[in-house]
Amino acid sequence: MRQQPVLEVRGLRKEFPGVVALDGVDFRLFPGEVHALMGENGAGKSTLIKVLTGVHPADGGEVVLAGERVRIAGPLQAQEAGISTVYQEVNLCPNLSVAENIFIGREPRRLGLIDWAEMRRRAAELVRTMELDVDVSAPLDSYSIAVQQLVAIVRAVGVSAKVLILDEPTSSLDREEVSQLFTVMRRLRDQGVAILFVSHFLDQIYEICDRMTVLRNGRLEGEYLTSELDQVGLVSRMIGAELAGLDRLAGGHRRERSVPATGRPFLEAEGLARQGAVAPYDLAISPGEVIGLAGLLGSGRTEAARLLFGADRKDGGTVRIDGTETDLRSPRDAIAHGIAYCSENRKTEGLVGELTVRENIVLAMQAARGWARPLSRTVQDALALRWIRALDIRPGDPEALVRNLSGGNQQKVLLARWLITDPKLLILDEPTRGIDIGAKAEIQKLVANLAEEGMAVLFISAELEEVLRLSHRVGVLRDRRMVARLRNDDALTPERVLATIASGAER
Amino acid sequence: MTTAPTTGRGRAVTRYRLFWPAVVLALLLLGNLAFTPDFFAVHLKDGHLYGSTVDILHFGAPLILVSLGMTLVIATGGIDLSVGSTVAIAGALACLHISEAADPASLGTVLGAIGIALVTAVLLGAANGVLVARIGVQPIIATLILMVAGRGVAQLITDGQIITITSEPYKLIGGGYWLGMPFAILLSGLVALLAALLTRSTALGLLLESVGGNPVASRLVGIRAMRLVGLVYVFSALCAAVAGLMVSSNVSAADGNNAGLWIELDAILAVVIGGTSLNGGRFSIGGTVLGALIIQTLSTTVYTIGIPPETTLVFKAFVVITVCLIQSPNFRAKVARRGAERRSPGQPRAATTTTNREVGA
Repeated sequence: MRQQPVLEVRGLRKEFPGVVALDGVDFRLFPGEVHALMGENGAGKSTLIKVLTGVHPADGGEVVLAGERVRIAGPLQAQEAGISTVYQEVNLCPNLSVAENIFIGREPRRLGLIDWAEMRRRAAELVRTMELDVDVSAPLDSYSIAVQQLVAIVRAVGVSAKVLILDEPTSSLDREEVSQLFTVMRRLRDQGVAILFVSHFLDQIYEICDRMTVLRNGRLEGEYLTSELDQVGLVSRMIGAELAGLDRLAGGHRRERSVPATGRPFLEAEGLARQGAVAPYDLAISPGEVIGLAGLLGSGRTEAARLLFGADRKDGGTVRIDGTETDLRSPRDAIAHGIAYCSENRKTEGLVGELTVRENIVLAMQAARGWARPLSRTVQDALALRWIRALDIRPGDPEALVRNLSGGNQQKVLLARWLITDPKLLILDEPTRGIDIGAKAEIQKLVANLAEEGMAVLFISAELEEVLRLSHRVGVLRDRRMVARLRNDDALTPERVLATIASGAER
Repeated sequence: MTTAPTTGRGRAVTRYRLFWPAVVLALLLLGNLAFTPDFFAVHLKDGHLYGSTVDILHFGAPLILVSLGMTLVIATGGIDLSVGSTVAIAGALACLHISEAADPASLGTVLGAIGIALVTAVLLGAANGVLVARIGVQPIIATLILMVAGRGVAQLITDGQIITITSEPYKLIGGGYWLGMPFAILLSGLVALLAALLTRSTALGLLLESVGGNPVASRLVGIRAMRLVGLVYVFSALCAAVAGLMVSSNVSAADGNNAGLWIELDAILAVVIGGTSLNGGRFSIGGTVLGALIIQTLSTTVYTIGIPPETTLVFKAFVVITVCLIQSPNFRAKVARRGAERRSPGQPRAATTTTNREVGA
């Protein structure tokens, strides 16, 4: 097994304005292995991948590929050198066919024209070797995200990849789809492809990976065989200290779920609906209460929440806030009533990337005040610094551009933006998706504390354990319909919720 | 983690943003010195300042005004092609009013003319704003309508003729002097100052940058984007109208055909040279003023160094491309990297060839 590494990185350094993202990182990747890159948000995983794929030029250190020192000038060069990457978000053209997506940019040609028959034939062959059941002439968007993800891998491997980088490929896949992906990964590994795998799901890491490299704060923490390092050991290396209550991360203790003293609900929705988005549903949420929304991706969870925030107009039903019927015509209306909404799409619907951390944090409060009543710079600085400290946003520089922050820190900035407005109802849509376990635990703790202080929280997550740990009650959605409302007592297990999702009936 | 270095860095970044436009402007001005030794000389004649640099500021005033409005429009991710037509319409309306008045030289007439021009500009800007913000027409299309139609309207107002006027108070706006300075310079400076104050000492700048940087997120944080975007087009039209008054006042005539012709393109260029991205988001008022001055200096240079008229446009194009390249951080980084490689030809260069060889294999 100890042959020469196909990819070796020595002393890699990368700086962004105000941030040292990578500081002398060494990293080896051997052919025929699945290697996990582990670390908290901001540890430098994404940066390392972006340097390897030529998105960012390195500021120092060297990259050795197949024994030769290389400088990867751009994504295309990386591909040509045999490093292919599949990102969390599928970077393909949904309107083109599967075959076109696989061969885009390197279409088989005859007499200078694209040889469509040849393209389809070769695409079908590639798809078949992966044992996928896909019609290569169908448009890509006729398939689920999971299949699109697999097509992206087919495309990546089709470029005769020596190194395949999978960056959070499983974050939007269900269990069935993950195992399908793993089958493909194992096959590729056996063919000698070196696979770099990034995921926040520890169970998946231990299921598929042979070795792992742990990064912390831009530095190398160590390289381990998966069999030599157990989960608790891994987590403590990722966070660099024995985190108090590590057992809680392992899911040992559920939070005390005393139902808050029943007063009048803060918000009551009756028959709230929008054509094509979500069927009529009822919901009542009281101060201090956490309601979880469970369901698969696309089951209508986000759509249900958006109606409560006025982000989409309802076309049926009523909303009462503090007992008064209210028409939420826009997010602005909802915000005026004390409702806050953290979207699941941090980048496209949440943050303004080219603005600073400070500006992003004060944005909602400033928008509510209007342009003519600016928050003074002193107040802005004080607010930003207070929340940077309270949520441990890293780097702790209020003038850092938000787009240079890692996912978990971006999520915290988004949370801070809404928390300074002191909302009565906080809607969190997948607040922990794609972020590391340390930040995840912090956010969960924060939600619990906020609820204890009397905030109503609507918590949307695909991770059932997380939903059950935090919620007093759980609404289950399936096929854009709320199929069950469950009281979260000790009898409620992830399996029971899963069964409800699967069957669409209350158990 | 402390405040002090943070704000220091913030300032450094701002300085950095204006650094390259300033360098380019300085180079252009110094280049002129080589051809015209007394380029920087400023004389006081009859209590009025004269000199090439004063001329640049004076003739650049309308462009500065139009570019200021354009900056805010571009910050929201839009573009306003109609400013040239607004320049023409404003000048035409004002001159028509003065030429038809009983006493063209009275202050009342001139104020009336200015009022008519500005109110019309508000309406024109509001029309753009409604099309873009409320109806959702693409800005380039929405303002193209007024760009084409407005030129026709201006010609209708002037009846296809050039309206000439004689009015001392009106002459002040574009051609007069106040406190020894050309009034146009003071006026454009004042508007620039107002724009900077309006955007930076209120939250307007932040909200505009947010809307331009991420419109979806801006809606979800409760910013009234529709109103803001609409306002920005009104501001742009107002700036263009003042520029129109200036242009027509300077020549004491309104020319529906040629007043403000192509000024929208110069204004867009000025904004881009000033460091504001056409994608919207971050904008810089100071950068735009520098950008407009660079363009005006370029035009002046063409005359002072006697470039033959048939090569003027090519010369301008060449300089503009150079300026844009120098401005681009990506380009500078690339040049710096090339330079570094040439100095140490040992490693990275060879690495690139390695990559290429593998492709061939």
